[in-house]
Amino acid sequence: MRAGASDLPIRFESVSVGTRGVTMLDRITLLIEAGPPTVLIGPNGSGKTTLLRTAMGLVRPTQGRITWGGAEKSPPVQRAIVFQRPAMLRRSVSGNLSYALSTARIPRRTERINELLSMVGLDGLGKRPARRLSGGEQQRLALARALARDPAVLLLDEPTASLDPASTKTIEDIISAIAVSGIKVVIATHDLGEARRIGGEIVLLHHGRVIERAGATEFLNAPKADEAKAFLAGELLV
Amino acid sequence: MHSDSALELIFTGDPALLEIVRLSLIVSLSAVAIAAFVGIPLGALVALNRFSGREGVIVLLNTLMGLPPVVAGLAVYLLLSRSGPLGSLGLIFTPTAMIIAQTVLVIPIIAALTRQTIEDLWDEYREELTAMNVRVFRRVTTLIWDGRFSLVVTLLAGFGRAAAEVGAIIIVGGNINGYTRTMTTAIALETSKGDLSLAMGLGAVLIAIVIIVNTLAWSVRRAGEKMAG
Repeated sequence: MRAGASDLPIRFESVSVGTRGVTMLDRITLLIEAGPPTVLIGPNGSGKTTLLRTAMGLVRPTQGRITWGGAEKSPPVQRAIVFQRPAMLRRSVSGNLSYALSTARIPRRTERINELLSMVGLDGLGKRPARRLSGGEQQRLALARALARDPAVLLLDEPTASLDPASTKTIEDIISAIAVSGIKVVIATHDLGEARRIGGEIVLLHHGRVIERAGATEFLNAPKADEAKAFLAGELLV
Repeated sequence: MHSDSALELIFTGDPALLEIVRLSLIVSLSAVAIAAFVGIPLGALVALNRFSGREGVIVLLNTLMGLPPVVAGLAVYLLLSRSGPLGSLGLIFTPTAMIIAQTVLVIPIIAALTRQTIEDLWDEYREELTAMNVRVFRRVTTLIWDGRFSLVVTLLAGFGRAAAEVGAIIIVGGNINGYTRTMTTAIALETSKGDLSLAMGLGAVLIAIVIIVNTLAWSVRRAGEKMAG
Protein backbone atom coordinates (compact mmCIF):
# COMPACT_ATOMS: atom_id res chain seq x y z
CA MET A 1 0.00 0.00 0.00
CA ARG A 2 1.20 3.51 -0.72
CA ALA A 3 2.42 5.62 2.12
CA GLY A 4 -0.44 7.47 3.77
CA ALA A 5 -4.06 6.55 3.25
CA SER A 6 -5.00 10.12 2.41
CA ASP A 7 -8.29 9.12 0.69
CA LEU A 8 -9.54 7.92 4.06
CA PRO A 9 -11.86 8.57 5.67
CA ILE A 10 -14.47 8.83 2.94
CA ARG A 11 -17.18 10.98 4.42
CA PHE A 12 -20.70 11.22 3.00
CA GLU A 13 -22.53 14.24 4.41
CA SER A 14 -26.23 14.09 3.60
CA VAL A 15 -25.42 12.95 0.06
CA SER A 16 -28.24 12.53 -2.42
CA VAL A 17 -27.87 11.29 -5.97
CA GLY A 18 -30.70 11.35 -8.43
CA THR A 19 -31.48 11.76 -12.06
CA ARG A 20 -34.68 12.43 -13.97
CA GLY A 21 -36.82 12.34 -10.87
CA VAL A 22 -35.37 9.05 -9.60
CA THR A 23 -33.56 9.19 -6.26
CA MET A 24 -30.77 6.64 -6.04
CA LEU A 25 -29.16 7.88 -2.83
CA ASP A 26 -31.28 9.74 -0.31
CA ARG A 27 -29.43 11.96 2.17
CA ILE A 28 -26.75 9.40 3.01
CA THR A 29 -24.50 10.24 5.91
CA LEU A 30 -21.77 7.67 6.27
CA LEU A 31 -18.16 7.52 7.35
CA ILE A 32 -15.88 4.94 5.76
CA GLU A 33 -12.70 4.65 7.75
CA ALA A 34 -9.57 2.53 7.69
CA GLY A 35 -10.06 -0.89 9.25
CA PRO A 36 -11.98 -4.09 8.56
CA PRO A 37 -14.10 -4.44 5.39
CA THR A 38 -17.31 -2.48 5.05
CA VAL A 39 -20.02 -4.61 3.46
CA LEU A 40 -22.92 -2.84 1.76
CA ILE A 41 -25.95 -5.07 1.59
CA GLY A 42 -29.46 -4.57 0.34
CA PRO A 43 -31.81 -5.69 -2.38
CA ASN A 44 -31.37 -4.74 -6.04
CA GLY A 45 -31.93 -1.04 -6.55
CA SER A 46 -31.18 -0.17 -2.93
CA GLY A 47 -28.31 2.13 -3.95
CA LYS A 48 -25.26 -0.06 -3.31
CA THR A 49 -23.70 0.44 -6.74
CA THR A 50 -24.46 4.17 -6.78
CA LEU A 51 -22.90 4.54 -3.34
CA LEU A 52 -19.73 2.77 -4.52
CA ARG A 53 -19.53 4.89 -7.67
CA THR A 54 -20.05 8.03 -5.64
CA ALA A 55 -17.32 6.92 -3.23
CA MET A 56 -15.07 6.36 -6.25
CA GLY A 57 -15.84 9.84 -7.55
CA LEU A 58 -17.52 8.60 -10.72
CA VAL A 59 -20.91 10.04 -9.71
CA ARG A 60 -21.40 13.53 -8.36
CA PRO A 61 -23.85 14.14 -5.54
CA THR A 62 -26.85 16.18 -6.55
CA GLN A 63 -27.06 17.32 -2.92
CA GLY A 64 -24.75 17.13 0.06
CA ARG A 65 -21.02 16.68 -0.01
CA ILE A 66 -18.46 13.91 -0.06
CA THR A 67 -14.85 14.23 1.03
CA TRP A 68 -11.85 11.96 0.71
CA GLY A 69 -9.39 12.44 3.55
CA GLY A 70 -11.01 15.82 4.14
CA ALA A 71 -10.66 16.99 0.54
CA GLU A 72 -13.67 17.61 -1.67
CA LYS A 73 -11.67 17.20 -4.86
CA SER A 74 -9.54 14.10 -4.94
CA PRO A 75 -8.57 12.37 -8.17
CA PRO A 76 -8.91 8.56 -8.01
CA VAL A 77 -5.25 7.92 -7.35
CA GLN A 78 -5.42 6.07 -4.05
CA ARG A 79 -8.67 4.26 -4.64
CA ALA A 80 -9.67 1.61 -7.13
CA ILE A 81 -12.91 -0.08 -8.08
CA VAL A 82 -13.87 -3.46 -9.51
CA PHE A 83 -17.15 -3.32 -11.37
CA GLN A 84 -19.69 -6.10 -11.39
CA ARG A 85 -18.95 -6.67 -15.06
CA PRO A 86 -15.41 -5.39 -15.51
CA ALA A 87 -14.35 -4.42 -19.03
CA MET A 88 -11.27 -6.28 -20.16
CA LEU A 89 -8.92 -4.27 -22.34
CA ARG A 90 -8.27 -5.94 -25.68
CA ARG A 91 -4.83 -7.00 -24.58
CA SER A 92 -3.21 -9.94 -22.89
CA VAL A 93 -3.65 -10.59 -19.17
CA SER A 94 -0.20 -9.10 -18.55
CA GLY A 95 -1.03 -6.25 -20.92
CA ASN A 96 -4.02 -5.33 -18.76
CA LEU A 97 -1.84 -5.23 -15.65
CA SER A 98 0.91 -3.35 -17.41
CA TYR A 99 -1.64 -0.76 -18.52
CA ALA A 100 -2.97 -0.33 -14.98
CA LEU A 101 0.56 0.09 -13.65
CA SER A 102 1.39 2.70 -16.25
CA THR A 103 -1.77 4.73 -15.59
CA ALA A 104 -0.80 4.79 -11.91
CA ARG A 105 2.75 5.80 -12.93
CA ILE A 106 4.19 2.71 -11.31
CA PRO A 107 7.13 1.07 -13.11
CA ARG A 108 5.92 -1.82 -15.27
CA ARG A 109 8.25 -4.44 -13.89
CA THR A 110 7.74 -8.05 -14.87
CA GLU A 111 8.25 -9.12 -11.26
CA ARG A 112 5.37 -6.91 -10.11
CA ILE A 113 3.10 -8.28 -12.84
CA ASN A 114 3.99 -11.86 -11.89
CA GLU A 115 3.43 -11.06 -8.22
CA LEU A 116 -0.07 -9.70 -9.00
CA LEU A 117 -0.89 -12.72 -11.16
CA SER A 118 0.22 -15.02 -8.39
CA MET A 119 -1.82 -13.07 -5.83
CA VAL A 120 -5.04 -13.77 -7.76
CA GLY A 121 -4.14 -17.27 -8.90
CA LEU A 122 -3.60 -16.50 -12.57
CA ASP A 123 0.02 -17.68 -12.74
CA GLY A 124 0.97 -18.82 -16.21
CA LEU A 125 -1.91 -17.03 -17.92
CA GLY A 126 -0.07 -13.78 -18.56
CA LYS A 127 0.05 -14.16 -22.31
CA ARG A 128 -3.57 -15.19 -22.75
CA PRO A 129 -5.99 -12.63 -24.24
CA ALA A 130 -7.89 -11.17 -21.29
CA ARG A 131 -11.23 -11.40 -23.05
CA ARG A 132 -10.81 -15.14 -23.50
CA LEU A 133 -10.66 -15.79 -19.74
CA SER A 134 -13.65 -17.32 -17.94
CA GLY A 135 -15.96 -15.06 -15.90
CA GLY A 136 -14.24 -15.95 -12.64
CA GLU A 137 -10.78 -15.44 -14.13
CA GLN A 138 -11.81 -12.08 -15.56
CA GLN A 139 -13.04 -11.02 -12.14
CA ARG A 140 -9.72 -12.06 -10.63
CA LEU A 141 -7.84 -10.16 -13.30
CA ALA A 142 -9.99 -7.11 -12.55
CA LEU A 143 -8.99 -7.47 -8.90
CA ALA A 144 -5.32 -7.72 -9.84
CA ARG A 145 -5.70 -4.70 -12.13
CA ALA A 146 -7.21 -2.71 -9.27
CA LEU A 147 -4.44 -3.82 -6.92
CA ALA A 148 -1.83 -2.87 -9.50
CA ARG A 149 -2.75 0.73 -8.81
CA ASP A 150 -1.60 0.24 -5.22
CA PRO A 151 -4.81 1.63 -3.70
CA ALA A 152 -5.54 2.58 -0.11
CA VAL A 153 -9.24 1.87 -0.69
CA LEU A 154 -10.64 -0.92 -2.86
CA LEU A 155 -14.31 -0.71 -3.84
CA LEU A 156 -15.90 -3.95 -5.06
CA ASP A 157 -19.31 -4.06 -6.73
CA GLU A 158 -20.80 -7.53 -6.31
CA PRO A 159 -17.57 -9.21 -7.42
CA THR A 160 -18.98 -12.73 -7.09
CA ALA A 161 -22.37 -12.18 -8.72
CA SER A 162 -23.12 -14.96 -11.20
CA LEU A 163 -19.99 -16.95 -10.28
CA ASP A 164 -20.03 -20.60 -9.27
CA PRO A 165 -19.24 -21.54 -5.63
CA ALA A 166 -15.62 -22.47 -6.35
CA SER A 167 -14.93 -19.16 -8.12
CA THR A 168 -16.80 -17.30 -5.38
CA LYS A 169 -14.60 -18.89 -2.72
CA THR A 170 -11.45 -18.02 -4.63
CA ILE A 171 -12.52 -14.38 -4.96
CA GLU A 172 -13.58 -14.15 -1.32
CA ASP A 173 -10.23 -15.61 -0.18
CA ILE A 174 -8.42 -12.99 -2.25
CA ILE A 175 -10.61 -10.23 -0.79
CA SER A 176 -9.86 -11.43 2.74
CA ALA A 177 -6.13 -11.45 1.99
CA ILE A 178 -6.40 -7.92 0.57
CA ALA A 179 -8.22 -6.72 3.70
CA VAL A 180 -5.57 -8.30 5.93
CA SER A 181 -2.85 -6.52 3.96
CA GLY A 182 -4.21 -3.17 5.19
CA ILE A 183 -6.18 -2.05 2.16
CA LYS A 184 -9.62 -0.77 3.10
CA VAL A 185 -12.20 -2.96 1.34
CA VAL A 186 -15.72 -1.71 0.66
CA ILE A 187 -17.82 -4.40 -0.95
CA ALA A 188 -21.41 -4.41 -2.20
CA THR A 189 -23.34 -7.65 -2.18
CA HIS A 190 -26.88 -8.87 -1.87
CA ASP A 191 -25.65 -12.25 -0.61
CA LEU A 192 -26.00 -12.48 3.17
CA GLY A 193 -23.72 -15.50 3.27
CA GLU A 194 -20.98 -13.50 1.63
CA ALA A 195 -21.53 -10.63 4.06
CA ARG A 196 -21.19 -13.10 6.94
CA ARG A 197 -18.00 -14.64 5.50
CA ILE A 198 -16.30 -11.33 4.83
CA GLY A 199 -17.32 -9.80 8.16
CA GLY A 200 -16.17 -6.38 9.28
CA GLU A 201 -19.03 -3.96 9.44
CA ILE A 202 -22.32 -4.20 7.59
CA VAL A 203 -24.35 -1.34 6.15
CA LEU A 204 -27.90 -2.15 5.07
CA LEU A 205 -29.25 0.08 2.32
CA HIS A 206 -32.84 0.30 1.16
CA HIS A 207 -34.42 2.84 -1.18
CA GLY A 208 -31.14 4.77 -1.23
CA ARG A 209 -31.02 5.22 2.54
CA VAL A 210 -28.84 3.72 5.25
CA ILE A 211 -31.22 1.59 7.31
CA GLU A 212 -28.74 0.14 9.76
CA ARG A 213 -25.02 0.02 10.28
CA ALA A 214 -23.30 -2.29 12.75
CA GLY A 215 -20.49 -4.79 13.20
CA ALA A 216 -21.13 -8.01 11.30
CA THR A 217 -21.77 -10.15 14.37
CA GLU A 218 -24.08 -7.60 15.94
CA PHE A 219 -25.97 -6.97 12.72
CA LEU A 220 -26.42 -10.62 11.85
CA ASN A 221 -27.38 -11.71 15.38
CA ALA A 222 -29.32 -8.75 16.73
CA PRO A 223 -30.54 -6.44 14.00
CA LYS A 224 -32.43 -3.40 15.24
CA ALA A 225 -34.35 -2.00 12.27
CA ASP A 226 -37.47 -3.77 11.04
CA GLU A 227 -36.11 -3.79 7.47
CA ALA A 228 -32.90 -5.43 8.71
CA LYS A 229 -34.86 -8.10 10.56
CA ALA A 230 -36.99 -8.73 7.49
CA PHE A 231 -33.93 -8.87 5.21
CA LEU A 232 -32.18 -11.35 7.49
CA ALA A 233 -35.35 -13.43 7.70
CA GLY A 234 -35.23 -13.75 3.95
CA GLU A 235 -38.28 -11.61 3.32
CA LEU A 236 -38.40 -9.52 0.18
CA LEU A 237 -37.73 -5.84 0.78
CA VAL A 238 -39.75 -3.90 -1.75
CA MET B 1 0.39 -0.17 -75.55
CA HIS B 2 -0.69 -3.19 -77.53
CA SER B 3 -4.02 -4.78 -78.19
CA ASP B 4 -2.83 -8.20 -77.01
CA SER B 5 -4.98 -10.52 -74.93
CA ALA B 6 -5.54 -9.55 -71.32
CA LEU B 7 -3.77 -12.62 -69.93
CA GLU B 8 -0.75 -12.11 -72.20
CA LEU B 9 -0.36 -8.54 -70.99
CA ILE B 10 -0.43 -9.67 -67.40
CA PHE B 11 1.87 -12.69 -67.69
CA THR B 12 4.46 -11.05 -69.94
CA GLY B 13 4.73 -8.16 -67.49
CA ASP B 14 3.88 -5.50 -70.06
CA PRO B 15 5.87 -2.38 -68.99
CA ALA B 16 2.98 -0.01 -69.69
CA LEU B 17 0.67 -2.15 -67.63
CA LEU B 18 3.17 -2.38 -64.78
CA GLU B 19 3.66 1.38 -64.78
CA ILE B 20 -0.08 1.93 -64.56
CA VAL B 21 -0.38 -0.58 -61.71
CA ARG B 22 2.57 0.99 -59.88
CA LEU B 23 1.13 4.49 -60.10
CA SER B 24 -2.32 3.30 -59.07
CA LEU B 25 -0.93 1.68 -55.94
CA ILE B 26 1.22 4.67 -55.05
CA VAL B 27 -1.70 7.08 -55.43
CA SER B 28 -4.28 5.00 -53.56
CA LEU B 29 -2.01 3.79 -50.76
CA SER B 30 -0.62 7.30 -50.23
CA ALA B 31 -4.14 8.71 -50.08
CA VAL B 32 -5.24 6.08 -47.56
CA ALA B 33 -2.13 6.67 -45.41
CA ILE B 34 -2.65 10.43 -45.32
CA ALA B 35 -6.39 10.05 -44.77
CA ALA B 36 -5.72 7.64 -41.89
CA PHE B 37 -3.30 10.12 -40.32
CA VAL B 38 -6.04 12.77 -40.39
CA GLY B 39 -9.23 10.70 -40.21
CA ILE B 40 -8.46 8.38 -37.29
CA PRO B 41 -7.63 11.13 -34.76
CA LEU B 42 -10.50 13.23 -36.13
CA GLY B 43 -12.97 10.37 -35.71
CA ALA B 44 -11.65 9.63 -32.21
CA LEU B 45 -11.94 13.25 -31.13
CA VAL B 46 -15.53 13.48 -32.36
CA ALA B 47 -16.29 10.19 -30.57
CA LEU B 48 -14.88 11.29 -27.22
CA ASN B 49 -15.86 14.94 -27.02
CA ARG B 50 -19.20 16.56 -26.45
CA PHE B 51 -19.46 19.98 -28.09
CA SER B 52 -22.19 22.07 -29.64
CA GLY B 53 -22.69 21.10 -33.25
CA ARG B 54 -21.34 17.58 -32.68
CA GLU B 55 -24.44 15.95 -34.16
CA GLY B 56 -24.02 18.17 -37.22
CA VAL B 57 -20.39 17.10 -37.60
CA ILE B 58 -21.40 13.43 -37.40
CA VAL B 59 -24.13 13.90 -40.02
CA LEU B 60 -21.68 15.81 -42.23
CA LEU B 61 -19.02 13.07 -41.97
CA ASN B 62 -21.58 10.38 -42.73
CA THR B 63 -22.89 12.39 -45.68
CA LEU B 64 -19.41 13.00 -47.06
CA MET B 65 -18.83 9.24 -47.16
CA GLY B 66 -21.05 9.35 -50.22
CA LEU B 67 -19.34 12.37 -51.75
CA PRO B 68 -19.42 11.92 -55.55
CA PRO B 69 -15.82 11.56 -56.79
CA VAL B 70 -16.40 13.98 -59.66
CA VAL B 71 -17.49 16.64 -57.18
CA ALA B 72 -14.40 16.06 -55.05
CA GLY B 73 -12.32 16.13 -58.23
CA LEU B 74 -13.93 19.37 -59.33
CA ALA B 75 -13.29 21.00 -55.94
CA VAL B 76 -9.63 19.97 -55.96
CA TYR B 77 -9.35 21.06 -59.61
CA LEU B 78 -10.68 24.54 -58.77
CA LEU B 79 -8.20 24.70 -55.89
CA LEU B 80 -5.15 23.57 -57.87
CA SER B 81 -5.87 24.89 -61.37
CA ARG B 82 -3.60 27.64 -62.66
CA SER B 83 -6.15 30.33 -61.76
CA GLY B 84 -7.05 28.70 -58.42
CA PRO B 85 -5.81 29.75 -54.99
CA LEU B 86 -3.11 27.06 -54.98
CA GLY B 87 -2.41 27.20 -58.71
CA SER B 88 1.07 28.59 -58.17
CA LEU B 89 2.12 25.25 -56.72
CA GLY B 90 1.81 23.70 -60.17
CA LEU B 91 0.22 20.52 -58.89
CA ILE B 92 -2.64 20.17 -61.33
CA PHE B 93 -2.32 17.13 -63.64
CA THR B 94 0.29 15.52 -61.40
CA PRO B 95 0.15 12.36 -59.26
CA THR B 96 0.23 14.65 -56.21
CA ALA B 97 -3.06 16.23 -57.28
CA MET B 98 -4.51 12.73 -57.64
CA ILE B 99 -3.39 11.82 -54.14
CA ILE B 100 -4.97 14.99 -52.77
CA ALA B 101 -8.27 14.26 -54.54
CA GLN B 102 -8.40 10.69 -53.26
CA THR B 103 -7.42 11.81 -49.76
CA VAL B 104 -10.40 14.18 -49.78
CA LEU B 105 -12.62 11.28 -50.72
CA VAL B 106 -11.22 8.85 -48.16
CA ILE B 107 -10.94 11.09 -45.05
CA PRO B 108 -14.72 11.16 -44.39
CA ILE B 109 -14.92 7.38 -44.70
CA ILE B 110 -12.10 6.77 -42.25
CA ALA B 111 -13.23 9.51 -39.85
CA ALA B 112 -16.87 8.41 -39.82
CA LEU B 113 -16.14 4.70 -39.36
CA THR B 114 -13.44 5.44 -36.76
CA ARG B 115 -15.91 7.63 -34.86
CA GLN B 116 -18.37 4.76 -34.67
CA THR B 117 -15.72 2.19 -33.67
CA ILE B 118 -14.20 4.39 -30.98
CA GLU B 119 -17.57 5.47 -29.62
CA ASP B 120 -18.68 1.84 -29.21
CA LEU B 121 -15.41 1.00 -27.48
CA TRP B 122 -15.65 4.09 -25.28
CA ASP B 123 -19.09 2.99 -24.09
CA GLU B 124 -17.44 -0.23 -22.92
CA TYR B 125 -14.28 1.32 -21.45
CA ARG B 126 -15.64 4.63 -20.12
CA GLU B 127 -15.93 3.73 -16.45
CA GLU B 128 -12.76 1.64 -16.29
CA LEU B 129 -10.61 4.37 -17.83
CA THR B 130 -12.26 7.10 -15.75
CA ALA B 131 -11.68 5.03 -12.61
CA MET B 132 -8.05 4.59 -13.65
CA ASN B 133 -7.73 8.37 -13.92
CA VAL B 134 -6.69 8.10 -17.57
CA ARG B 135 -6.32 11.54 -19.20
CA VAL B 136 -7.86 12.58 -22.51
CA PHE B 137 -4.84 12.02 -24.78
CA ARG B 138 -4.16 8.59 -23.26
CA ARG B 139 -7.83 7.70 -23.67
CA VAL B 140 -7.60 8.48 -27.38
CA THR B 141 -4.45 6.45 -27.89
CA THR B 142 -5.83 3.58 -25.78
CA LEU B 143 -9.06 3.39 -27.73
CA ILE B 144 -7.30 3.61 -31.09
CA TRP B 145 -4.87 0.87 -30.05
CA ASP B 146 -7.56 -1.40 -28.63
CA GLY B 147 -9.78 -0.76 -31.64
CA ARG B 148 -6.95 -1.39 -34.08
CA PHE B 149 -8.37 -4.58 -35.54
CA SER B 150 -11.71 -2.95 -36.28
CA LEU B 151 -9.86 0.03 -37.71
CA VAL B 152 -8.16 -2.29 -40.19
CA VAL B 153 -11.58 -2.78 -41.77
CA THR B 154 -12.00 1.00 -41.82
CA LEU B 155 -8.73 1.36 -43.71
CA LEU B 156 -9.83 -1.36 -46.12
CA ALA B 157 -13.03 0.55 -46.81
CA GLY B 158 -10.93 3.62 -47.51
CA PHE B 159 -8.61 1.70 -49.80
CA GLY B 160 -11.57 0.21 -51.62
CA ARG B 161 -12.98 3.66 -52.22
CA ALA B 162 -9.63 5.02 -53.43
CA ALA B 163 -8.74 2.07 -55.64
CA ALA B 164 -12.12 1.96 -57.34
CA GLU B 165 -12.74 5.64 -58.03
CA VAL B 166 -12.08 7.23 -61.39
CA GLY B 167 -14.04 10.47 -61.45
CA ALA B 168 -11.79 12.55 -59.20
CA ILE B 169 -8.39 11.49 -60.48
CA ILE B 170 -9.34 11.79 -64.14
CA ILE B 171 -10.30 15.43 -63.52
CA VAL B 172 -7.21 16.45 -61.53
CA GLY B 173 -4.74 14.02 -63.12
CA GLY B 174 -5.77 14.30 -66.75
CA ASN B 175 -5.06 10.64 -67.54
CA ILE B 176 -1.68 11.49 -69.10
CA ASN B 177 -0.02 8.39 -70.55
CA GLY B 178 3.01 7.33 -68.52
CA TYR B 179 2.51 10.07 -65.95
CA THR B 180 -0.95 10.20 -64.40
CA ARG B 181 -2.63 7.18 -65.94
CA THR B 182 -3.95 4.71 -63.38
CA MET B 183 -5.82 1.43 -63.70
CA THR B 184 -9.27 2.97 -63.41
CA THR B 185 -8.63 5.89 -65.76
CA ALA B 186 -6.93 3.56 -68.26
CA ILE B 187 -9.86 1.14 -68.13
CA ALA B 188 -12.25 4.02 -68.88
CA LEU B 189 -10.05 5.26 -71.72
CA GLU B 190 -9.30 1.89 -73.32
CA THR B 191 -12.95 0.90 -73.15
CA SER B 192 -13.95 4.10 -74.89
CA LYS B 193 -11.28 3.38 -77.54
CA GLY B 194 -12.54 -0.16 -77.98
CA ASP B 195 -9.35 -1.84 -76.66
CA LEU B 196 -11.21 -4.24 -74.43
CA SER B 197 -8.23 -6.60 -73.95
CA LEU B 198 -6.18 -4.03 -72.09
CA ALA B 199 -9.24 -2.82 -70.21
CA MET B 200 -10.03 -6.36 -69.14
CA GLY B 201 -6.40 -7.02 -68.19
CA LEU B 202 -6.32 -3.92 -66.03
CA GLY B 203 -9.67 -4.83 -64.53
CA ALA B 204 -8.37 -8.29 -63.61
CA VAL B 205 -5.24 -6.83 -62.04
CA LEU B 206 -7.30 -4.28 -60.10
CA ILE B 207 -9.58 -6.96 -58.70
CA ALA B 208 -6.61 -9.18 -57.85
CA ILE B 209 -4.90 -6.34 -55.98
CA VAL B 210 -8.02 -5.56 -54.00
CA ILE B 211 -8.42 -9.24 -53.11
CA ILE B 212 -4.76 -9.54 -52.06
CA VAL B 213 -4.87 -6.38 -49.92
CA ASN B 214 -8.11 -7.50 -48.26
CA THR B 215 -6.77 -10.99 -47.64
CA LEU B 216 -3.59 -9.65 -46.08
CA ALA B 217 -5.47 -7.20 -43.91
CA TRP B 218 -7.97 -9.86 -42.85
CA SER B 219 -5.17 -12.26 -41.96
CA VAL B 220 -3.44 -9.60 -39.88
CA ARG B 221 -6.72 -8.86 -38.12
CA ARG B 222 -7.43 -12.53 -37.37
CA ALA B 223 -3.91 -13.15 -36.09
CA GLY B 224 -4.02 -10.01 -33.97
CA GLU B 225 -7.40 -10.87 -32.48
CA LYS B 226 -6.15 -14.33 -31.65
CA MET B 227 -3.18 -12.89 -29.81
CA ALA B 228 -4.82 -9.93 -28.06
CA GLY B 229 -8.47 -10.88 -27.90
